[in-house]
Amino acid sequence: MSTINEERPADALRAHDAAARRDHEETRPLGGIAGWVDDRTGGTKGVSTLMKKVFPDHWSFMLGEIAMYSMIICLLTGVFLTFWFIPSMTQSPYDGSYVPLQGVMVSDAYRSTLDISFDIRGGLLIRQIHHWAALIFVVAVFCHMARVFFTGAFRKPREINWVFGTILSLLACIEGFAGYSLPDDLLSGTGIRAMNGFVQSIPVIGSYMAYFIFGGAFPGELIIPRLYSLHILLVPAALVGLFTAHILLVFLQKHTQYPGPGRTNNNVVGYPFMPVYIAKAGGFFFIVFGVIALISAVVSINPIWGYGPYDPSPITAGSQPDWYMGFADGALRLLPGFLEFVAFGFTFSMNIFPGSILLLPIMWTIIGIYPFVEKWVTGDDREHHLLDRPRNAPARTGIGVAGIVLYSVLFFAAGNDLMAIKLHLSINDITNTLRVLFFIGPPIAYWITKRICLSMQQYDRDKVLHGRETGTIWRHANGEFEEIHAPLTPRERWHLVQQEVQEPFVVTETTDAHGVANPVARKDQWRAKLSHFYFKDRVDPVTPAELEAAHHAHGPALATEPTETEAAETEASEPAIERH
Amino acid sequence: MTEHENGAPAQSTDLAHASSSGALTTRGALPERFENPGLPPHVYRAADVEPQAAKHAERQVATLFALSMVATLVFLVTYFAIPEESTFFFPGVGTINTLHVALGLSMGFSLFLIGIGAVHWAKTLMPDHEIVEERHLQRSTDEQRASAVNVVVEGGRSAQLDRRPLLKYTLGGALGLFALPFAFQLVGSLGPVTVGELKETIWDPEENDGKPIRLMRDPEMTPIKLSDVTQGSVFHVMPETLQKYLDEGRHVLEAKAKAAVILIRIDPDLIKVKKAKDWSVDGVVAYSKICTHVGCAVGLYEQTTHHLLCPCHQSTFDLTHDCAVIFGPAKRPLPQLKITVDDAGYLVAPEGFHEPVGPSFWERAR
Repeated sequence: MSTINEERPADALRAHDAAARRDHEETRPLGGIAGWVDDRTGGTKGVSTLMKKVFPDHWSFMLGEIAMYSMIICLLTGVFLTFWFIPSMTQSPYDGSYVPLQGVMVSDAYRSTLDISFDIRGGLLIRQIHHWAALIFVVAVFCHMARVFFTGAFRKPREINWVFGTILSLLACIEGFAGYSLPDDLLSGTGIRAMNGFVQSIPVIGSYMAYFIFGGAFPGELIIPRLYSLHILLVPAALVGLFTAHILLVFLQKHTQYPGPGRTNNNVVGYPFMPVYIAKAGGFFFIVFGVIALISAVVSINPIWGYGPYDPSPITAGSQPDWYMGFADGALRLLPGFLEFVAFGFTFSMNIFPGSILLLPIMWTIIGIYPFVEKWVTGDDREHHLLDRPRNAPARTGIGVAGIVLYSVLFFAAGNDLMAIKLHLSINDITNTLRVLFFIGPPIAYWITKRICLSMQQYDRDKVLHGRETGTIWRHANGEFEEIHAPLTPRERWHLVQQEVQEPFVVTETTDAHGVANPVARKDQWRAKLSHFYFKDRVDPVTPAELEAAHHAHGPALATEPTETEAAETEASEPAIERH
Repeated sequence: MTEHENGAPAQSTDLAHASSSGALTTRGALPERFENPGLPPHVYRAADVEPQAAKHAERQVATLFALSMVATLVFLVTYFAIPEESTFFFPGVGTINTLHVALGLSMGFSLFLIGIGAVHWAKTLMPDHEIVEERHLQRSTDEQRASAVNVVVEGGRSAQLDRRPLLKYTLGGALGLFALPFAFQLVGSLGPVTVGELKETIWDPEENDGKPIRLMRDPEMTPIKLSDVTQGSVFHVMPETLQKYLDEGRHVLEAKAKAAVILIRIDPDLIKVKKAKDWSVDGVVAYSKICTHVGCAVGLYEQTTHHLLCPCHQSTFDLTHDCAVIFGPAKRPLPQLKITVDDAGYLVAPEGFHEPVGPSFWERAR
């Protein structure tokens, strides 16, 4: 107790202050606000790891970034729009500044959208940015999804993130549909009218569902407020939540990378977050935002004043939904009417129900479970951090292209009327052709894609074995001409020989020692069949032995392989700057 | 092999790789596969080695940022300077709102130039040495897993979950049921369940005290004389009874959504179906305009072929065959509205529709 100052006991309470202040001085590097926050959270530990985080570089990794940024742009501009938009279907005569509609009965939703477009300075720009960003968001999501699929980035350990992404893409479409329905204009109202018909087509509960959703008879006065709460609260919350989980998993699992010299399944080669990716990714946000603003400035989207307010009686020719709902609309156009039937007095609308209600969940379920199917077929339980070149996975690439063709058939079917008008064709012929293509298009696409992949692999093999064409022609003494092929450097070659090739499984034992059929074997036979489908046709990468043999065939003069140093020199000689 | 004798083999049958191509005769010291040659040597950029180039890059980046500031200023000036109604003509496009385009372009460039500047900075001046970071297996170690399981199991045990099943089951029951009130509130209160309305329209004479209902022009709401309907002309029609809704200003769209009718005059000899002819007047026929597919307005009439086309999904109805579907996804013909002429010479509907209009629903045929 000797440290206590007898005369001023209260000073003892502050005895540690000086020490604390001294400590603070010593940790000067983290002063100011950062120090204040760290004193209370200890957040600095994470920050330095985060800042040093390495990301690999590739243009195709920016597709997901575009999706992320356009989503953020939608959130920002969406908040602006909520300040003026009135989600109400109460009707009154329009008295705003757009002359052609003055005196027309319009809903509050439509009127406030007109006000945003005509009476609020810069309001139209914000509305256009919001709509364009939404369209670009969905495009980017699908492109990102295709990149992940074709490069096999969904493999272990990233299956969860694939499923998250699948749900995100579905939410993006729903969010878009709810959003473009809000202005209550003739075009989107027709879309809601069709949605009402879709819901009614659900067996047993359809009529009740329609009355639940619309709060009574169509259109009622509740659908816009309900879509509004979905559009600005429920779906965005789900989108942002899942997106956060999506990006956290990317951080946790580290980004995949394309194969290349020095890159292995056990490392990440790239640049650190601070400063390179802060600048590149942060800068890219501004680029995306800027480009969307420029598009919005010069290309008009959804000019609702031209459509007029919603009224069930009039209609515009060429009624199409926003592009991402096109495939479902196309499915409805292709389904023939005879699929509807009446049994036991009940109506089964099989010309509507499958295309409008079932298609989305079925499609997204197939997409979502694909990684698990492929894993079951390959039986591969390893972690994969190196991406596949699409040509090196011919069956997967074929399946992906077949899926895209299927989607495209439905998508183009949604424009059958426009095609008929612009191309002067019969709409019946177009529709019937697309109906046939729906069935034969995907298998043909699969077959062609797989063949293209295999021949590209074959080409890679040739390039490794015989080198690249130099364009130099030699004339031999006997008059024979020959083009000189330059052998690849080890690094150039590595791109073409690094892949693993899986071979199909064969079931070795279908019966046990006593000749009794093995029940497990039946499952395995299925698996073997699928494995055969995936890996029956394959091109093995060149082995050193094969390259050696090819060199012997060519003769020694052309076969001298550049040594590592020579290769380095040729690679470095192009920019011609060396420093050591 | 003892498991096999039991008839229930514990493990999966052997899956083996088919014999690989066999080309792997290792000759001499050659490895079976090529080896990863490692990272290529670093190539320095101009700005890394020449101060002149670095200075140049710095100036470029600074210029881009400065231009962005200029664009922002342009936005601010534009916002106050240009009146909302000002427009200009752009060849090939048409009349354009000046304020919107000026604001959009200036905002776009102010953002875009920041982005381009930052990326250019990163590409020219920021370090571009590739960094190699090691990966580790995603899974936790066995000990960590075991300890996690242990914590959970121990926690449950310390809460006496295993010793007091009564608590376990009552908690399970309560948690299993608590959502029901919420579900009931939502489902029970979302909308009135008066789906019988789907079969009714305001063309029903009961809506008009049992009297025939006049056909009115939409949206003018004026009655139509038979003589007004010339050969080949098309009228968009609403019932007289809609006026009541318009006056009250309530449920107008709900009434219109089922009542919309299209009225067309064709050559009476072209009408092939007896019922259709009986329900028409001198070749003037009235059909529900609500598509039997998903309910869009069947608004396109092709005069030469006498086809009605729905612009939503291209269902095509043949007017000469009682609006039977001849193409597209709809199944049922458009319901016909029986019309006659009243004493004053106006077209009227004496009976209303004989079947539900619009898209199919489960109870439709009941």
